[in-house]
Parts: sequence; structure tokens; C-alpha cells
Amino acid sequence: MTLRTLRVNGIDREVTAAPDTPLLYILRNDLGLKGTRFGCGEGQCGACTVILDGRAVPSCDLPLWSAEGHEITTVEGIGREGALHPVQQAFIDVQAAQCGYCCDGIVMAAVALLDRVRDPSDEAIVAALERHLCRCGAHTRILRAIRVAAASIAESAAP
Amino acid sequence: MSHPALPRSLAATPRLDRWVRFDDELAVTVWSGKVEIGQGIATAIAQIAAEELDVDIRRVNVVAGDTTQSPDEGYTSGSQSIEIGGMAMRQACAEVRALFVAEAARRFEVSVAALRVCDGSIGVAGTDLATSYWELAAQVDLARDASGVAQPKAAALHTVAGSSVQRRDLPAKLTGGAYVHDMALPGMVHGRVLRPPSRGARLEGLDTGTIRAMPGVVAVVVNGSFVGICAEREEQAIAALKAARAAASWRERRSLPQSTDVRDFLPAMRAERTIVGRKGDLPVAGVARRLAARYSKPYLAHASIGPSCALARMQDGHLTVWSHTQGPHRLRNQIARAMALRPADVDVVHADGAGCYGHNGADDVALDAALLAQACGRPVLMQWTREDELASSPFGSAMLVDISASLDGDGEVIGWAHEIWSHPHSSRPGSGEGVDLLAAWDIDPPFAPSKPKDVPLPGGGATRNAVPAYDFPAHEIACNLVRESPLRVSALRSLGAYANVFAIESFIDELAAAANQDPVAFRLKHLREPRARAVIETAAKAAAWTPGRQGDGIRGRGIGFARYKNTSAWCAVIAEVAVGARLEVQRVIAAVDAGEAINPDALVNQVEGGIIQAISWTLKEQVLWDSTRVSARSWDSYPILRFDEVPDIAVTVVSRPDAPPLGVGECAAGPTAAALANALYDAMGLRVRDLPLTPERIARAME
Ligand code: FES
Ligand code: FES
Repeated sequence: MTLRTLRVNGIDREVTAAPDTPLLYILRNDLGLKGTRFGCGEGQCGACTVILDGRAVPSCDLPLWSAEGHEITTVEGIGREGALHPVQQAFIDVQAAQCGYCCDGIVMAAVALLDRVRDPSDEAIVAALERHLCRCGAHTRILRAIRVAAASIAESAAP
Repeated sequence: MSHPALPRSLAATPRLDRWVRFDDELAVTVWSGKVEIGQGIATAIAQIAAEELDVDIRRVNVVAGDTTQSPDEGYTSGSQSIEIGGMAMRQACAEVRALFVAEAARRFEVSVAALRVCDGSIGVAGTDLATSYWELAAQVDLARDASGVAQPKAAALHTVAGSSVQRRDLPAKLTGGAYVHDMALPGMVHGRVLRPPSRGARLEGLDTGTIRAMPGVVAVVVNGSFVGICAEREEQAIAALKAARAAASWRERRSLPQSTDVRDFLPAMRAERTIVGRKGDLPVAGVARRLAARYSKPYLAHASIGPSCALARMQDGHLTVWSHTQGPHRLRNQIARAMALRPADVDVVHADGAGCYGHNGADDVALDAALLAQACGRPVLMQWTREDELASSPFGSAMLVDISASLDGDGEVIGWAHEIWSHPHSSRPGSGEGVDLLAAWDIDPPFAPSKPKDVPLPGGGATRNAVPAYDFPAHEIACNLVRESPLRVSALRSLGAYANVFAIESFIDELAAAANQDPVAFRLKHLREPRARAVIETAAKAAAWTPGRQGDGIRGRGIGFARYKNTSAWCAVIAEVAVGARLEVQRVIAAVDAGEAINPDALVNQVEGGIIQAISWTLKEQVLWDSTRVSARSWDSYPILRFDEVPDIAVTVVSRPDAPPLGVGECAAGPTAAALANALYDAMGLRVRDLPLTPERIARAME
């Protein structure tokens, strides 16, 4: 067990854990950030996706020691009820979920994409979701929600 | 007491105060036995209650699936939550409203007809005399049984029911913790169970000392072949599980069939044959031609994205389990039996989980959690692994279907025979005499599971949708029930309907081709029911279907149709595909008639999801094994549909606001499978009758 400092959602947080602890469990259990979800623990489903220095990455196979010194963003860091991020808002507007379990990871992948590319092509959106799985079959709505979010971000950025 | 005029759930729990309560702060609580499993039922129930009571939907608080307070509505399954649970809520609220309006009429000395209810206030029309549900709550005693007399509102008056209200649970789910997985209690530890590597495997040896000595480990529970671990931190529980897996030795049985091909192993097993449906006599004379074909479907996994999880707390002899079960009351009784507790000493409280699509690991993990909470004396959050979820939860049964048709000299169908080989389709806990929870079979002494039995018609398990919807003069439906299954099987979305409809609708296409007729026209020719015809015609129109074969060797299109369970929603699906290295689905058009739509957008969402999941089953999925073990253990060994494989989907709802509402969660599965196989045929002239339609299968069919 060692004391480490993580920068999560813009705040420095101290945690005490074994250095090889996957970031997923630190976020969920030490920091109470439960929108980052466990789906496989093997980097194969995307449920645990967070943004690390602007890139969407699975947190289930990212050891604590390697997350130190990086800017980490979780779904709680992008918006909350009453003040949603445009991507979260679009998921609600489009009702782009069934059980919703896969969605926060996908929202984070979409946010990372839209931060990088303002107006992504359909192919780029699908490519950004390459490692995300959804079992409920909300895919078509999820893709639509991301397009809606891109448009709404573009609109609010327009002069 | 029985109330024949009441909806089923209300007859079972007739007391109105078990359904509705007016709370302080102008709120309403309604209790439902139907739980949220990602289908949006909590929102639909709120809509129904708000509509009947005439209160703003934001005032309605839905409490579902809590054995301390909700009515027992059995399982949330079979697309019946609206049909049964929703209609019970509608009647209960109509009764409550009528009682309050009658009380207001007494108070103001006016006739009931003079009163108007608006957002819970009850006023005399044309005056400023008014009271409210909350004001009258002390006078109106709801501790009485529903009478069946009150009339719910006419459909034409609906404003909330019938509108696409947004799901109430989504904002929380899109911003942070919202599932049972995310719950925490003071002093809670993290649980993992070392599942036997194959069904019936027995623990031979495990040195628990080294595992107990690992950092953070609070308890290692060994009871027969049940091995559970509790640790202070989650990653410590995971590490201890890994060590236990490496250290444990098991005695396994080579009990799985040599062949993984359904055509080989299923008909070779012991079966009981019964005739489950018959119309007229199959023709012996006048048969000019007979066509026959055999279809197969493999075992399928539920494959939830969030592995099953439960939280359990044992306090002063009382056990509380938070669970994403579909049947909290049944689960409570099963856990009580397995742990020798009185049911009164156990409560199960529903908390949301990932989509389950039937009987997955939800109930099993609840007993795991309870056993560990009892053993270690602290609350336990028990989380299954990805491998547990894929390999240890029940599978949907493999099936084989033979269909034959007798045609007369004019090519008309004069006889139809449908014969099934299948295991039972439901072994949900509490539906039989045994204890149907995984850990109960591993502890010492073990509990016996219930004797395998299938769901009888009209709903049917293996036989669900086996009776064709077409107006053939004679049919005979037989089922060979293979009770013992080499793999653990139970309810998976749509039960036997998926395979039966795949077979029927593939065969109808084969008949149409043999008769040189267009598949849509051929179906319509044999269907009199206007609502059946309407969904086919609507889908065909939306897809701009033109008669005749369209396939060009690469692209093709196909249709599938069914009325789910022959009693529920009508659904037609048209798929457009392109065949290259794999079967690529480009576009899917569907039409659905589900009677009154409580929430049209949620209905469409369910149908879209059903279509996409069925595309995944149909193109990619099958559970395989070696002689002892199931090989589905990760997303590598059990791949499902990915974002780049999902087509555009357009669903049209055929509106029937005056017809009773019908569930739609499962109606698209069979039609989708058939539409894909028929589109493949249309494209390439290849008839593939064994699922899944993988590139290997297609290549083999080409040889
Ligand atoms: S939980 Fe991390 S990718 Fe599945
Ligand atoms: S919405 Fe349930 S897994 Fe995607």
C-alpha cells in the first residue's frame, strides 16, 4: 500500500492502495465515482472508459502507478443532473439507452472524440466506439445521440 | 378471495392500499411488482398511474420489487409487464380515483359528474369549490379491496399514457452510480466466488491458509464445493480469487456431448414426445407434393454487459438482499430455503442492474452474497466476474425444428407439420419444487434443483410460437422435450419463439420459392387476420418492397413475421443485406402492432433493441464446449455484435389506441432471424438452416 496523488476531474485526490491496483477500483471504491463501471476487467467492453489526458482509455487494466501524473476525467467530471454535458443531454434527448450500463463508458469515448474532432463523420464515430459493447441493442440511438451532441456543441460554439 | 373481473395481479393483491398511497408534499407512491430491467417499465407504470389519477407525473413515485412493501407479481418476464402489471395499476388507480371523487361529491353535495380532477385537485366544475386527494386522504380508506367496478378512462382522453415521456431513471444512470453494483454499506466487504470450472465439478482440495493470509482477506468460506472470498478491498478480493483458482483442484465429469452440432446431439438424447397442437387431420390423399426441412439453433448466452451483482446484509438475524432479480418474492423464498431461514426473516429489495434478457446470474449472485454475508458477519457486495456471467449463468436452450408441408395439385398448402426437439426453457428459481440457485447445488449438503419442466402452451416454452399464424386447413405440432440438458438452461428472451419463428418463416419462404411466388404476397395469401396483414403490408411499404426475387448475388432482402406467443404483439421485419466476407446487414425495417402504446418511443426503443440483439444471435452467437467445459468465458470466446456491424433501423408502429396494450420486448427476435436467412437466400440462392449464419456456415452451404 502506498499513498498516491491522482488528478481526477480537476482535483488532486490522495489514495492509499497497492500500486498495481486497477484505476477502475480506485475511482469506484476510494473516490466514490461509480459512473465508471465494471464490465469485464479485461479491456474488452469499454464500460470502464475514462479520459486520460484527452484520450478515452479503459480504466480496468490501467494500474494506479501509471495513472499518477495524468489528467483523469470520469463521467462525474463532465456534467451532473441539472448541468449535463451536451453528450449526456443528447443521450437523454434521444433516449439512447435501455439498461444504460454501457452508456457512461460510451459517453466518455464520445466526449473524447468530440473534444478532438468537432464534426466527426459517421465512420469516425463508429471507429471511436470500436471497443465498446452494448448488449441491449441501443447502438443506433447511441450513434444518433453522438451526432446530435456534435451538432449542439457546434451550434453553441458558433458566434 | 378471487375477483374474476380484476386484472390478474390486482386479483392476487386486491387491497388498494397495497398499490397507491397519497403522501405528504403532494406526492403519490405507487407500488408495482414489475421491476425495471432497462425496458423502461418504471416510467410506463408512472404514466399509467398519472393518467388514471390525473396527477402530474412528477408527483408519482414508483416503488417496485421490494418484498417489504410491493405486491407479489411473480416474475418480470415474457413481455407481460404492461399487459399484466400495467393493467393492474390502471385498474387500481381508476378505483382509487373513483373513491376520492365519490367522497368529494358527498362533501360538496354535488353529483360525481360535476367533479373534475386536475393534477390531484378535485373541483366542482364552474365553481371555485375544490379539495384534493391529499386533503381527503384521511377520509378515504384505501384498506379495502378493488371492486372491479370503476372504469378506467377511455383511450381518447389519454394525455400522459400514450405519449413519449422520457425515461425517469436515465439521468442518474448517465451521470454516476445508479445500479446495485454501485451501492455501499458501512463496514461492507467485497465478495467473489470461485465457481466450479464445469457443471457438477466437485472441489477436491484447496489450501485456504495461504489465501486467508493474503492482504485484506477477511474470510475464505468453503462449504462443500462452494468457495467464497471476502476482502476489505475489491482488488484484494480479485487477487485472492485468482490465487484460489490456481490452488484449487476439482473433480470434473466428462459430461458434455462429443459433438457441438445441435443436429447430432439433440435428437440422440432421451425425449418425451407429445402432440401440443392439432387442427383438422393431416391429409393422406390429394397430396401432390411434400416439402420438408430441418432447422437448428444453438445454445445462446444472455451475455449481460454488467456481470451480476448483489448486496447482502445480515443484521440481528434478518437478511436483506439488494438484487437485480426479476422475481424478488420468489427469490426471497428460495434464499430462505437454501439458508434454513424463515421467509419472514429475509427481504429482497430490487435495485437496477444491467440488462438481463431473461434468467441470467441475477438470482444466483444474490444467494452468493447472502451466504457470504452470513459467514463473515459484514455486509457483502458480491460481484460476478465476466467469466462467471458467460459460463455459469443459464443458457437459452438449443433447438431443432422439422417442418413439412403437403401441397395439393394447385400448390396450395393443405397440411403443415412442425416437430421440435428442445430442452425446457425456464428453470427460474421458485417455479418448481427444488432450489434453483447455483450455490445451493454446491454447498454441503446440496439442495436438489427442481425437476426440469417446460412452460405449457398457450405461452409455451419450447413450443412458444410453434403453431403457425397462417390459415392452413390442417396442422400438427409435436414437441420432443429433452428434459436433461448437458448445459444449464433457462429463460432467454422470447424462449422457443426465436427458433420456431426462424424455422416457420424460413420454411414459408421456401414454399413461396417452390411455388414461384413473392414472399410477401405468399404470406398475405395465407393470412386473414387484418392486424397480421397490416404489419406485413406496412413493413413492405416502408421498405419499398417490389415483388419477385431481387438478389444480385451480393445484395438481397428478406422478410419475417410473427405474432408473439400468438397472443401478443404482431411484428414484421424486413432485412436488407450484402454478402461479402460476412453477411452484412445494411438496413432493417420493421412494423409493430402492440395495441395501445403507453410510451411510443420506449416501445420503438424496445423493438430496435430486440432487432439488434437478434441480429447478434443470428449472425454470431453459439455456446461451444469441449468434453467437460463450456468455452464461452470472455468476449473473445463469445463475441457479440459490434458498433460497425449494426444496420440502420426504422420501426413503424401501427397505432391501435383502443386495443389492449401488448408487450414488445420479445416480438422481433424470431422475425429478425428469418428475415436475415431469407435475405441471404434472396441474395445468393443459398438456404442456410442452421444458426448462426457465420461466414463458415455460408461457405459450407456454398460447397
Ligand atoms: S471493464 Fe474495462 S473494458 Fe470491460
Ligand atoms: S444499454 Fe444496456 S448494455 Fe447498452
